[in-house]
Amino acid sequence: MSDDQASSVTDTAPTLAVEDLSVSYRRRRKTLPAVSGASFEIAPGEAYGLVGESGCGKSTVAMALMRYLPGNAAVDGGTIRFQGQDVLTASPATLRGWRGNQMAMVYQDPGSALNPAVRVGTQIAEVYRVHRGLSRDDALDRAADMLDKVRFPSPKDMLRRYPHELSGGQQQRVMIAMALAADPALLILDEPTTGLDATVEAEVLDLIEQLRAEYSTSVLFISHNLGIVARLCDRVGVLYAGRLSEEGPASSVLTEPRHPYTSALLRCVPRPGMRKDTKRLEPIPGYLPRLGEAPPGCPFAPRCDLVQPECETAPPPLVQVPGSHASACLRATEVPALTARDGEPAAAPASGTAPAPPPAAEKAEKAEKAAEPVIAVDGLVKRYTSAGMEVTAVDGVSLDIAPGETFGLVGESGSGKTTLARCIAGLLPSSAGKITVTADHSGRRARARFLQMVFQNPDTALNPRHIVRRILSRAQKRQDDPATSSERGRRLSDLVRAVRLQDWHLDVRPAALSGGLKQRVAIARAFAGKPSVVLCDEPVSALDVSVQAAILNLLIDLQAERGVSYLFISHDLTVVQYLADRIGVMYHGEIVDIGPANAVAAAPHHPYTEALLSAAPALGSDGAESRIRLDLTPVQPGTGTEGCRFHGRCHRSLGEVCATQVPPWQTDDSGNTYRCHIPPVQLRDLQGAATPL
Amino acid sequence: MSAIVPGAVPAVTTAAPAGPSRWANLRSVLSVAVRSASVDVGLVILVFWIVDAVAWHLFVPFDPLAQGGGNLLAPGGAHLLGTDNLGRDVLSRVLAGASSVLTLAPIGTLIGVALGTVVGLITGYYRGVADTLIMRVVDALLALPPIILAALALSMLGTSEFAVALLIGVIFTPIVARTVRSAVMTERDAEYVAAARLRGESGAYIMAAEILPNVTAPIIVEATVRFGYAIFIAGTLSFLSLGLQPPSPDWGLTVYTEQNFVQVQPWTVLGPAIALGTLVVSVSLVSDGLRKAMDS
Repeated sequence: MSDDQASSVTDTAPTLAVEDLSVSYRRRRKTLPAVSGASFEIAPGEAYGLVGESGCGKSTVAMALMRYLPGNAAVDGGTIRFQGQDVLTASPATLRGWRGNQMAMVYQDPGSALNPAVRVGTQIAEVYRVHRGLSRDDALDRAADMLDKVRFPSPKDMLRRYPHELSGGQQQRVMIAMALAADPALLILDEPTTGLDATVEAEVLDLIEQLRAEYSTSVLFISHNLGIVARLCDRVGVLYAGRLSEEGPASSVLTEPRHPYTSALLRCVPRPGMRKDTKRLEPIPGYLPRLGEAPPGCPFAPRCDLVQPECETAPPPLVQVPGSHASACLRATEVPALTARDGEPAAAPASGTAPAPPPAAEKAEKAEKAAEPVIAVDGLVKRYTSAGMEVTAVDGVSLDIAPGETFGLVGESGSGKTTLARCIAGLLPSSAGKITVTADHSGRRARARFLQMVFQNPDTALNPRHIVRRILSRAQKRQDDPATSSERGRRLSDLVRAVRLQDWHLDVRPAALSGGLKQRVAIARAFAGKPSVVLCDEPVSALDVSVQAAILNLLIDLQAERGVSYLFISHDLTVVQYLADRIGVMYHGEIVDIGPANAVAAAPHHPYTEALLSAAPALGSDGAESRIRLDLTPVQPGTGTEGCRFHGRCHRSLGEVCATQVPPWQTDDSGNTYRCHIPPVQLRDLQGAATPL
Repeated sequence: MSAIVPGAVPAVTTAAPAGPSRWANLRSVLSVAVRSASVDVGLVILVFWIVDAVAWHLFVPFDPLAQGGGNLLAPGGAHLLGTDNLGRDVLSRVLAGASSVLTLAPIGTLIGVALGTVVGLITGYYRGVADTLIMRVVDALLALPPIILAALALSMLGTSEFAVALLIGVIFTPIVARTVRSAVMTERDAEYVAAARLRGESGAYIMAAEILPNVTAPIIVEATVRFGYAIFIAGTLSFLSLGLQPPSPDWGLTVYTEQNFVQVQPWTVLGPAIALGTLVVSVSLVSDGLRKAMDS
């Protein structure tokens, strides 16, 4: 029946046509508009990217398309036509026929989208049984075929597994298999790779790309990551505060933005090869208006450089810019072009050209040799016992940090980065190894003054029951010298100014602050005394990109003012490359690659570093053909004690020797030290050849 | 570009919002709780009994202990609820009986919540061997029926109002400790606790100043639930003659002393029994509403 409907639509008709869609939420008897007047179309076989920061209305649009809006949401106006039929007036029976059959959705968190009590095969087979009326056995056969298509090596085994037996990447592939099972006309992907590791994310994106080619399904791809959208999508719509601010072909929108918001978004993320000493990040001032608090005019006006009085009267309509795409900006033609350096990684050392270390890096190296390290970690081991099994989370890590230096620590989730930081901070006892610090900091109080930490999640890092003033003054009391009350007050305002907060922020609780402001408070708390070392554990990964840039700049400024050393932990190699003087790459509890930032980023480097670099779908890196794909089934931690831990996934494996012998440390002439059986000269030839110029 | 980009300063130019008062949170919880009809009913009954417990001598038509109004008079006339076998006015005794139970139950509850919170904070925060040992003792205590435990203790210690309140507190301590412990265990892993440890705070400071304010909601809910049970236990103990002694107008005690007349003159028993019932029900209506409001 549904096939008849599909064939009655001519080829040129769009799969999905959204016109003037407005959705609002009701909360405490107030109406809060979440999406206002959004219009876009997705042609058959087209991939449409919907981008914007969190809270811009992306998921609300997706939910409206599926008619999955929560009870307190209402569509206030507009139409949604799916294959020519009105979605908003469709009967429940029609909707049931569409969902999972004609339109399918893949959610952000595959762990909660799969039923934990039902085998994977049964869950996929359900699609065939419900929508195709197949028998149980036939449906299971089809499910196995589908798992084969999403590249599971042994689909028959996979059918019998429960979701918890799969890794996050595998779960997401199962979700995609389920979504594609009925060969839908429209596939909605809502942040399908957020929360996955970079190498896994790359694999999932590849899969989506390949399947799209095979199935000619229309795709609505929702993401906050412009890099991913640039790579995957034909057309892009940029949402800001519920309004489409810009819309058009991906190649045009993301290279010649005609809206200041898009332009600012593209500028505020670090690109591969960018360094803190060559280019400062440009954060977007201000914050996204809260739901229901958007200004009457252009929602972006309060944050915009090009703002003029007319912008603040009425929201500008989305209109075609001559010779370009559609933009909702009155001064669309005046939006400054992205500079060459913004647009492409011209000076990227990652591109494989022989790196001449810039002067700053040399300086850092010299400083490191001259000065005693403020903190030196030697052979640190941390073992846990969980469920009767001994797990080694950190296995013999040695590193030292010079005064005023930023040491970047990169690795995927579970590689032991956070455990390492907590051991260094003294929050966890280490099982073996030594941590040496410059002076005597053995006492609790002395240690608090010497070392502080900025945590990943600003929501839980600040006590929700304390006002900011209490949080900061307590930290001051513990970490700063005792002072008179007037002196204390003066230092508190200095501190507040140093992190660019305002005085009224002192008298509110953290809940009244946005994520970026909370993180500023957390940074202020760490800098309440005069710490020598600050451990930053993913300080920006919970923040939106526009806020991320401001926080990174703040960290750089504070370091310049106070000469503090950072241990900067991140899963985002581009950010670490931007910020760090030296980088260590962690894999399964070991550091496998360590050296000056530029040297680590350039060939020759450890094959894992190479894979991480190539997996990052950053803007301006066009290495699609040469991307390195790792084997998707990582070896479980603790089993790789013989040989190289990475050998099972390594694309440069030499075979036998890698599996049986612990790889030696090798040093290349740029100062990069890595753990691999392949000597630097050979490795450079291999990696140099594979990396595009 | 070494100068600070002006844009890096958050462009929050709007006026500072009024600082939230300390009780804003609790008030909003209460306003949600009060919106349901069942909570309204519970609150009205509860407030009635509390006012009565404090000021019963303003309301009673007769002295609750005075005899001589004629024995076992049926309800109606001067004695609205009739009189008991000693000629005492039943209505007056019911109104006066609220004060003993509404003294013992809150004090017992407070003792139990205070002790339980301390034990819960310590075991939840420190974990380890002490936690295991204390929680095993708690499990053992929970396995014994509380009334039997109380009867045993009171028969050894002798009966006094203070002993009853203390006993209710001791019975409640392990139960409250469990609730607090589990709330503390989720909070102790929060990063603000790590931050406090990082600046060298003592365990006592972290428990009292950092964790305790974040576990008040479950403690308040547990306290109201316990309060309901405390009334129940106090009534039961009086009924078993283990609490107050005659001629007190206490409800539980009255039900016990008048039970011989229940078949001929039921009002002497029904009055205090219904009073006790409404009080327990009102407390549970309010605590239910509070729990729902805090969960949402």
